[in-house]
Amino acid sequence: MTPPTIAGDLVETARRIAEAVAAPAADAVDRSARFPHEAFAALREEGMLGAFVPRHLGGRGATIGELAACCEALGRSCASTAMIYAMHQIEVVCLVRHALSSPLFRDYLAELVRHQWLIASATSEVGVGGDLRRSICAVERDAQHIRVIKHAPVISYGEEADDILLTARRASDAPPSDQVLVLVRKADLRLTRTGEWDTLGMRGTRSLGFILEACGSAEQIVPMPFAEIASHTMLPTSHVLWTSLWLGLASDAVGRARAFVRAEGHRAPGTVPPSAHRLAETVAELGMMRATVHEGLRDFERHQDDPDALAGFGFAIRMNNLKASASHLAPDIVARALGVCGVSGYRYDSPYSVGRHLRDAHSAALMISNDRILSANAEMLLVHKED
Amino acid sequence: MPRTMTDDIRAVLRDHGRLAVDVDRLADESNLYDSGLTSHASVSLMLALEERFDIEFPDRMLRRGVFASIAAIRAGLEELVGPRS
Repeated sequence: MTPPTIAGDLVETARRIAEAVAAPAADAVDRSARFPHEAFAALREEGMLGAFVPRHLGGRGATIGELAACCEALGRSCASTAMIYAMHQIEVVCLVRHALSSPLFRDYLAELVRHQWLIASATSEVGVGGDLRRSICAVERDAQHIRVIKHAPVISYGEEADDILLTARRASDAPPSDQVLVLVRKADLRLTRTGEWDTLGMRGTRSLGFILEACGSAEQIVPMPFAEIASHTMLPTSHVLWTSLWLGLASDAVGRARAFVRAEGHRAPGTVPPSAHRLAETVAELGMMRATVHEGLRDFERHQDDPDALAGFGFAIRMNNLKASASHLAPDIVARALGVCGVSGYRYDSPYSVGRHLRDAHSAALMISNDRILSANAEMLLVHKED
Repeated sequence: MPRTMTDDIRAVLRDHGRLAVDVDRLADESNLYDSGLTSHASVSLMLALEERFDIEFPDRMLRRGVFASIAAIRAGLEELVGPRS
């Protein structure tokens, strides 16, 4: 027998934390719209926040595929926990792939592993209409320091994060599309709350609005232009990790529907309950979603070291399709699971409850809105010829 | 003076690039993205270049770097139509 690899351990650890810690707290996190602190204490304990950091910096050198499997496992138990984990890892992946040439970021990532720091993201901004690739705020510089003030309509887990990666224009005279990614540290940061987070779903992410004021040194600017970081890493990683956790969420809802149908079957042996037919359709749709998500992951893994492929329209269109398809399938599959379970799925005090799943799943179409994603594809298809 | 390929590229850029700066002041090597070319405008630019030069960009050329400067666009076009004065 071959010894278990670290990689296997990583996903197994995520699965264990998901079942033993995140799942029992999921309803309380949802009901009180609070941060899933017990799951993050357990993830930190196991060093899971530094999973993607290379081994020579103390991390576990995980692959995108392993992170995706962790997100899927966590998504089965608590979508808020999985989304926070995914968002943090997206930031780490951006730094590992685009900032290791900088001594400051190498040291930072080694420290992140040691202290299990949690990074939040401040990319959205009041006034840009949800466009990731435009900023209004700018990096202001004097001889020694940089300073940024950003009106952020949402920063998920902004109050709980140790550090924040934000986008801003490179300088006060740069156009909106000339952006950089800047790491700001908790100690150099003032967050003034401008809004609440009382939402239909994903309540544990605590995505409050803030006015963010930060200072730091010019070395905290990631050396590569954000345009490249976005297309080569941030967008594909987001779409792969988000769709993986939505797959976990949908799988758990279908798991509940399967358990419901089996219980019905036991009550009347020899007959196929009517709900079993609905379940058969639901399982088929889940299979379609799984194929879509896994193919998206393979696509990214295949091209992750090929800058020309990552920069191409073909790859961008496929990653956008991954997100649009999976975010459409997830709430549909959960709604079908509800149809299977009926009132038992509708009520919260039942083992077949899928109410939280349904509410969480409806966030998928809104995170980088599908309208925006399909408009981008519509535009690229004016010049793109194949696929 | 006869009209060059670079003149044509500049004309297309003026009409479709929606840049934050005056195209006439741009050097051939200036980075167009730093000058405000958005991904949205870059698609209009690609379409207009295809129309003006009666070509179709193959998919492998549909990426940021190929449209990053007037010189880069010119190199891409020359690959498709051959060098012109």
